[in-house]
Amino acid sequence: MLALFYIFIGVAIGVSFWQITRILDFRGVVANDEDNAKQGKYAIYFMVFFYAIMVYCLIAMNVIMLPESASIEGEHDDRLFNITFWLIGIVQFIMQFLIFYFTFKYLGNKNRKAKFYADSHKLELIWTVTPAIVLVGLIGYGLWQWNNVMDLSDEDAILIEVYSQQFRWDARYAGDDNTLGLGNVNYIKGINTMGVDMKDVNSQDDKQVTELYLPKGKKIHFKFRSQDVLHSAYMPHFRAQMNCVPGMVTEFGFTPKYTTEEMRQQPEVIAKTRGINKVRSAKGEDLYEFDYLLLCNKICGASHYSMQMKITVVEPEVYDKWIAEQPTLAAVIK
Amino acid sequence: MSEHHHKETFVTKYIFSQDHKMISKQFLVTGMFMGIIAVMMSMLFRLQLAWPEKSFSIIEAFLGPHQTDGVMNPDIYLALVTIHGTIMVFFVLTAGLSGTFSNLLIPLQIGARDMASGFMNMISYWLFFLSSILMVISLFVEAGPASAGWTIYPPLSALPQAIPGSGTGMTLWLVSMSIFIASSLIGALNYIVTVLNLRTKGMKMTRLPLTMWAFFITAIIGVVSFPVLLSAALLLVFDRSFGTSFYLSDIFIAGEVLHYQGGSPVLFEHLFWFLGHPEVYIVLLPALGITSEIISTNSRKPIFGYRAMVMSIMAIAFLSTIVWGHHMFISGMNPFLGSVFTFTTLLIAIPSAVKAFNYITTLWKGNLQLNPAMLFSIGLVSTFVTGGLTGLVLGDSALDIAIHDTYFVVAHFHLVMGVSAIFGMYAGIYHWFPKMYGRMMNKTLGYWHFWVTIICAYGVFWPMHFIGLAGLPRRYYSNTAFPMFDDLADINVVITIFALVGGVAQIIFLANFFISIYRGEKASQNPWNSNTIEWTTPVEHIHGNWPGKIPEVHRWAYDYSKRVDPNDDDSDFLHGQDFVLQTTPLLEGEEQS
Repeated sequence: MLALFYIFIGVAIGVSFWQITRILDFRGVVANDEDNAKQGKYAIYFMVFFYAIMVYCLIAMNVIMLPESASIEGEHDDRLFNITFWLIGIVQFIMQFLIFYFTFKYLGNKNRKAKFYADSHKLELIWTVTPAIVLVGLIGYGLWQWNNVMDLSDEDAILIEVYSQQFRWDARYAGDDNTLGLGNVNYIKGINTMGVDMKDVNSQDDKQVTELYLPKGKKIHFKFRSQDVLHSAYMPHFRAQMNCVPGMVTEFGFTPKYTTEEMRQQPEVIAKTRGINKVRSAKGEDLYEFDYLLLCNKICGASHYSMQMKITVVEPEVYDKWIAEQPTLAAVIK
Repeated sequence: MSEHHHKETFVTKYIFSQDHKMISKQFLVTGMFMGIIAVMMSMLFRLQLAWPEKSFSIIEAFLGPHQTDGVMNPDIYLALVTIHGTIMVFFVLTAGLSGTFSNLLIPLQIGARDMASGFMNMISYWLFFLSSILMVISLFVEAGPASAGWTIYPPLSALPQAIPGSGTGMTLWLVSMSIFIASSLIGALNYIVTVLNLRTKGMKMTRLPLTMWAFFITAIIGVVSFPVLLSAALLLVFDRSFGTSFYLSDIFIAGEVLHYQGGSPVLFEHLFWFLGHPEVYIVLLPALGITSEIISTNSRKPIFGYRAMVMSIMAIAFLSTIVWGHHMFISGMNPFLGSVFTFTTLLIAIPSAVKAFNYITTLWKGNLQLNPAMLFSIGLVSTFVTGGLTGLVLGDSALDIAIHDTYFVVAHFHLVMGVSAIFGMYAGIYHWFPKMYGRMMNKTLGYWHFWVTIICAYGVFWPMHFIGLAGLPRRYYSNTAFPMFDDLADINVVITIFALVGGVAQIIFLANFFISIYRGEKASQNPWNSNTIEWTTPVEHIHGNWPGKIPEVHRWAYDYSKRVDPNDDDSDFLHGQDFVLQTTPLLEGEEQS
């Protein structure tokens, strides 16, 4: 019934609009010099508004952005991002200025004549070649960095399997042999929720956990599996993301650069945390403390929006102690 | 030519019409109707994003069983974004934009009596109508409409156990889209054949207005890529209904292992994006073509660099078919492929930049007639630049992994293809309304419509970049599960307010449109003093477009402000006025431009 009510209101607004326009002059149709002058002026006003929100957002929203990369591989991501952002920022400011300034400067007038200017190979050459050269630089740096982040050849890397299902994450450490035992959905049974093949010798020392602990300064080699639909393991602070695909194992790697504690002391993180806590205390909620997170970033169902896993980066000694305390699968699954 | 008038009944004239002008109006009105649905959906889910736990009676009213005490359920949130995307991309910006203006303008601007096959043209519209009806019906099925995102990645879209919308809702979605694809293909084939074969005497390909080039190339991309989506959809139907495993493998859901073996969702992603990316240009190129025409006409200047514009349309079209992988950098495909796709993707920046610079140069030293259509075209150039530039960030695989599927992406594509294409569509409507309905739209309302819309468009999408850079994933029903996003709440409120105002402001346009059909000022034959030959047809529509012979074309479409002495800006106009219809023969000693 309520829907009908809203539709009725809509119709009523429409009808009153119709009535109003009957009074209005519906004869003004083609822009005259007066319109041109007015609209040209508005173009300048709009430009001012637009530059104001661009600059405001660029400055005021700095604090909400992700802090500096917490992985060593991500450093170049940040640098490439900054280069690209400065570049497109400058181009954006110039181009938008030209668009709206020209709209104002060359507004139509009976006494003016437009310039007949159909072609200039020189100009076109300039704005074909310049972007091309700039792009060569960007592409080159980008591809080099892409090869960096996708390089998983480090044999000493700590191997961790990240396992997704609607709507939770689990993880499995490869144990002392640093080799993961086989896994398949057919082995899922009881507490063997990740479907690990317990007949495989490599499985025995694997360790299943619900929270990730990572040692600072060591390369981590992630393997991803999913048991039902696509998920995506998104670790924004490490500039890392990879889809988890049922029927397939995907991979990604990075080296944590700061422990969680160190990250909490970073000025950027402190500033962002302060902003968050202002909102939270206003609502009477618990205070927030920075933590690394793994989020699901591929639409996966109703509770997609809450699917997450905490990541804690610690000093290597602390990590060694922690991992030694975790029970092996052989001990858990008899 | 009255002998061309067959005796027409109401049904053959307004419903099962084979006249391209009527069909174009049918496309437009259907597209507008679908657009209203999609915009209303976006307003509902923006309410949810700004005030996640607040109860709204409007949500209670419209979402019925899919809400609890005026708060929408997570399922229906996903359904709303899915259907909003589907309708906007396909029903509004493909059929509504390309269908409307290709149909209206191709015969008129190349000098043809009608499309190559009026009958196929009619079929194309009615298939589109049927698919629209099915899509609307799918909104009312019990478990809710399709809700796996407009990209409908399996397994989510294949398994009703995974999300309720993947039941009947998804089936209807697939049927609707298959019919839609058939409609697009029939339309596109017709456009291609018409442009190639039915040009009037003198209308060489190199004299085609840029709108024609844009529609022609768009139709080609559509023919190349839409069938692939059809096959993707059919295989998905097989997986869903007949137990095959094209996309599915090793799935454990709802407590049991399913029988699927050996398929891969990545295959679907490849097939989907092989259409999905060219689709962006199917949406955008017609808008750019319309803009080229309108900016040139209203600047009273030739479009700058006609050849470069044609070349860049072709380059964009070609590149668009080899960049689909940039949607899949993190899908688990081979990283080497990622490198290749990064390379081809960033190359698209070159023809795009050429187009943007050429538009700006066309404005330079013009005599700008700031009609609403012109403002929307200028707005398009602005949003195209803003949205296009962030493409350099997303197209770079190394950067994409950090912000893939965040609100940064949402901001990027909404500006570059959503807002830009909508602006192109509005520009086209304001400009060719006199050609469609024989009356003019009101300019004051047009100005209001433009300024409110562009302010709201930037108000919505500019801040959105930053919440994306804060790492906020898209398609989250609410951010409340993550304290780290709590500081984004205010920004979400601002975005929603702009979205609501912008959405409601479209009423100005709708009112202007429908009132002008009946009460607008009668149009003159060539209200914008344009060069193209659609303005040589009589204002009243007749079958066959021109009474008597089709006019012969003697020049390109952009001889605006041509001078006696090409090098002297103060010299008189060569033809005594600042425009020269394409049908005007060359003067003695006049050079072709």
